[in-house]
Amino acid sequence: MNHDIARRRLMVTGTALVTATLWGTPRAEIKSGENPEASPIWQKVRASLFENRPITNVGDDTLALDAPTRAEDAAVVPIAMRAKLPHTAASHVAKLYLVIDSNPSPISAIFSFTPQSGRADIETRVRVDEYSFVRAIAETNDGRLLMRTRFVKASGGCSAPPGKDPAAALASLGKLRLRIDGEIVLNKPTLVQLMISHPNDSGMVMDQLTRQFTPRRFVRTVNVFYAEQPVLSADLDFSISENPNLRFYFVPQAPGRLTAEVVDSNQAAWKGSLDVRPTAA
Amino acid sequence: MPLPIRRAVGALLLGAFLHVVTAAQGVSDAPPLAVTEVAPGVYVHAGVVEDWLPSNGGDIANLGFVIGSRCVAVIDTGGTPQIGQRWRAAIERTTRLPICFVIDTHAHPDHVLGNAAFAGPDTRFVASAKFNAALAARERYFLNALARDFGVSVSHDAVVYPTLAVEGTRELDLGGRVLVLQAWPTAHTDNDLTVYDRRTRTLFASDLLFAQHIPVVDGNLRGWLAVMKDLAAIDATRVVPGHGPIGTEWPAALKPQQEYLEALRRDTRAAIKAGKTLPQAVDSVGIAAASHWQLTDRFHRRNVTAAFAELEWED
Repeated sequence: MNHDIARRRLMVTGTALVTATLWGTPRAEIKSGENPEASPIWQKVRASLFENRPITNVGDDTLALDAPTRAEDAAVVPIAMRAKLPHTAASHVAKLYLVIDSNPSPISAIFSFTPQSGRADIETRVRVDEYSFVRAIAETNDGRLLMRTRFVKASGGCSAPPGKDPAAALASLGKLRLRIDGEIVLNKPTLVQLMISHPNDSGMVMDQLTRQFTPRRFVRTVNVFYAEQPVLSADLDFSISENPNLRFYFVPQAPGRLTAEVVDSNQAAWKGSLDVRPTAA
Repeated sequence: MPLPIRRAVGALLLGAFLHVVTAAQGVSDAPPLAVTEVAPGVYVHAGVVEDWLPSNGGDIANLGFVIGSRCVAVIDTGGTPQIGQRWRAAIERTTRLPICFVIDTHAHPDHVLGNAAFAGPDTRFVASAKFNAALAARERYFLNALARDFGVSVSHDAVVYPTLAVEGTRELDLGGRVLVLQAWPTAHTDNDLTVYDRRTRTLFASDLLFAQHIPVVDGNLRGWLAVMKDLAAIDATRVVPGHGPIGTEWPAALKPQQEYLEALRRDTRAAIKAGKTLPQAVDSVGIAAASHWQLTDRFHRRNVTAAFAELEWED
């Protein structure tokens, strides 16, 4: 239920902001990382996601946000959000929100975790349009909100957020890969990588003849289960790079099957799985 | 006899008219771009080997034009509308023949943002069949960068999109002189186009060849290495790269780029195999010690990023 509400908010906010910035007058450009609270886009996002709930700014020792100071390639900017709080059934980070203020749809991803996740820790790649604040917001299972903010400078020159070869990405649409590197130990958080072949197209391209925008097509939800128990659920947006890539954790308590279910904005669905045989600690 | 005279008078009048127009646009204070005739009827403007920046006015790409008996073909238009105007002035100072074709070699800002200076009813803009989609997807970012970094405001309507699309090869007749255009599979970008002048065996490789300037991967690394094999088979006596000095030893001029791209592929593959993440690979995949590239700080890490996102799907 909670999940559906979050998704609805994500889409409503996203649509409104796209309309506001697309082909409009040149946007006010943020050139420095001063005063992140004053960002007008953040004020809107904050109101839509969290209303008036208090948000505590924290450091990397509580919630690490790994992001480059300058984006090397605007289309592929690696981002990691890592909660450093205990992760137990009684007390854990239930959600991580990723907000990129200057992107056309700033609410880039909402990740939900369970005790079986082992850690609230996620690594992915995003498009960064402009000089922008990037925010990780952790929501604990008892409702506290913690935020870590960083400033990312846009890459210059010929680098731009769109994919490099949309025809190739579409040709292998929906191919999934689950990959675990290293030893899998019983009852220990295990790192897994999910790769999804998908153009993750923002749809913000005007056809020169019709003056219409091409339809957007992007991965909207990812649900991952281990032995049929949820370990990760993600609401995603077209801020995520072409060929979405997620690295996250799960705790194998017995041999079982890891399953990923992916649905895109056209309601196309794909499924991938991996059999896991953990060794005793 | 009367015909050439009339044509010459017409050209003079047209020239005078254009002079007035360009003066009205405020071009007169900026000099025409410097050009060199590298072969009979083949001219090149050498951009500086730097990133696309206000400090160099965006004048970083090599540009060319080729003169036939009937008309002129322009190869790329420069990194800002102002560079485009200075480029047009340089061409009109060299020849009075009309510009019948403007060839956009790929949708990067340093090569095509001068297009507007050449727009007119008698000029056809030519590019790879994939060019328009690529430029449309990037246009607002390029215009944003122009406004933010160069202080130049350009509206969407002022961006010129080619109407003549090349798939495979296409010949352009300039009057007694034929240019062979070839669109390539994804390499530097997904819309690379080369121009070959048969008469002088001059190849405009554009950004399929970088010299001095470190190569930049914005398409497909493995695709680029494959395309370079086909490029090497072209019978050229001189090759104009997109950036850096003209190569006269062909295909030997490809060698430094090939070595860099092969090392990038090998070392990025090794990082993926070792289970490194993308940021770890970006921090650890080094540039070959023997290389003498310029702008390594600016582009090498970006190249590793692109290579990683591509190569992790192998096997």
